[in-house]
Amino acid sequence: MLASLAGVLFDGFAYGMLLFLLSVGLSVTLGMMNFVNLAHCSFAMVGGYVTVTLTNRYGWPFVATLPMAFLAAAGIAVVLERTLYRRLYRASDLDQCLFTIGIVFISIAVYAWFYGTVVQSAPMPSYLRGSVELFGMSFAAYRLFLIALGLGVAAVLVAALEYTRFGAQVRAAVDNQRMARGLGIDVDRAFMITFALGGGLAGLGGAAAIEIVGLDHAFALTYLVYVLIVVAVGGLGSIGGSLAAALVLGVSDMAGKYYFPWLGAFVIYLVMVGLLMWRPVGLFGKR
Amino acid sequence: MRPLEIAFWAATLLPFIVVPSYLSLASQVAITALFALSLDLLLGYAGIVSLGHAAYFGFGAYAAGLLSKHYFGEPLTGLVVAAIAAGVLGYLTSHVIVRFRHLALIMLTLGLGLLLAEAANSASWLTGGADGLQGVKVWPLLGFKFDLYGRTAYAYSLVVLFLLFLVARRVIHSPFGLALRGIRENATRMPAIGAPSLAHLRKVYTIAATMAGAAGALLTQTTSTVSLEVLSFGRSADVLVILILGGAGRLYGGIVGAIIYMVARDQFASMNPQYWYFWVGLLLVAVVLFLPNGILGGLRALYKRPE
Repeated sequence: MLASLAGVLFDGFAYGMLLFLLSVGLSVTLGMMNFVNLAHCSFAMVGGYVTVTLTNRYGWPFVATLPMAFLAAAGIAVVLERTLYRRLYRASDLDQCLFTIGIVFISIAVYAWFYGTVVQSAPMPSYLRGSVELFGMSFAAYRLFLIALGLGVAAVLVAALEYTRFGAQVRAAVDNQRMARGLGIDVDRAFMITFALGGGLAGLGGAAAIEIVGLDHAFALTYLVYVLIVVAVGGLGSIGGSLAAALVLGVSDMAGKYYFPWLGAFVIYLVMVGLLMWRPVGLFGKR
Repeated sequence: MRPLEIAFWAATLLPFIVVPSYLSLASQVAITALFALSLDLLLGYAGIVSLGHAAYFGFGAYAAGLLSKHYFGEPLTGLVVAAIAAGVLGYLTSHVIVRFRHLALIMLTLGLGLLLAEAANSASWLTGGADGLQGVKVWPLLGFKFDLYGRTAYAYSLVVLFLLFLVARRVIHSPFGLALRGIRENATRMPAIGAPSLAHLRKVYTIAATMAGAAGALLTQTTSTVSLEVLSFGRSADVLVILILGGAGRLYGGIVGAIIYMVARDQFASMNPQYWYFWVGLLLVAVVLFLPNGILGGLRALYKRPE
């Protein structure tokens, strides 16, 4: 019982880290630009398919493809931001929602066109397969890697946003955009860089997700709900909030699937609705 | 009614003569139009963005299906019971929904919709789960059997759509409808001038849920089956696309959107089913960028008719 509890906690923790990687970019861009980007998981798909293509077709090692997934998703995010998204910064929530759902639909059809509708996988190096013995229990190596990656990303993000000049500018733009402009901060440039960062992190998350949940053409829609839950529950623009919310949701989803399998995804939605009714601005939201 | 409106409703009778083999599709269009009209009351007039409106549609569909499967297959009774059931669900959830706006509102409607879909999926002893509800027996409607060509189905759906359209039109043109538009334009000022904002929103939410439930019941009765798809996120998203395409905040927006969307989907599905959503996506992007008030809004801008 205790061992299975620890196992569920560990798996849920790893799953939560995956959700954190997928959603932290959206949390920052949504908090900063107030832009409801439902196409966030389309960027994750860019990263995922870059990794699948590089490992399967060109024989790259899995770990080496992760930076490529980040860069490709970030690049596409910048192009879209410059050409399309920026036109809608002042549009209503609804218009932004619809526009980005449109992008999601287009991306799903494009991936179905190029890669078909089968679930894709990427070969793992031997050191990420199997499990590691720690304190008398075995932990899946890839999940440990995922937890390390998530914690690393969280640490780098917190350091970058809290202790650098650029981070201070971003935080100023999140808190009060007009005031930040008034102080001479180039908010547009900060937007673009943050958006690229957010898209890139989604790409990294998409690549990391292949081993856990697989990757198919509908990924952008399936995981959109989870990502939105993390962002809405964690509070906009809060990295700690996203991390906490992702872990709570990951663990409760795993526990629900393990102990109450007949409830299906019911638990995660119930947790979301309950948390939102209790704290509509999210656990760590300020506004 | 203005002459153009009378001409429009007269034209809805044309499928009986012109395309009798497409009457089943026509009845689907009428049902979708009713569903879109109910969302229009929320989104277009009260400004409540909902990503989970299929919850009420599906609830009505299952209510009608279960009633005619286990107890009583008379369609009109089933329609009324299903609409009331969906209305009660709408009233209960409205207490939560109307307190939120922006992202929290979108997430809550989405969450409640998904919650209900999961509940229906889990309760397979009641709903049949992923296999759908089998064995729905619908009795003849006032002596007319639901035939294979969809004549009764289309006539029935069309009459219900028309009657509920009149209700919606009356609601919109009442002082209550005006108050709703006031809330949509400025949610903080309306309470300040003494309008009971939350009560108004609860009321319109209940009305919209009732109409959505009626649309769901129509779908059950005209197809004699209920599948989990009636509660899916896809259905909520489709109806939103339809309404935006036609033009939100206009009574005919949902109806025009439903006609174009459903007919186009029928045509595209026979050629290339897998990539239908590519065109839907492109359409959405184009509508948001170039036609912010939908097709009807675009037409009005072209002709510059007075309101």
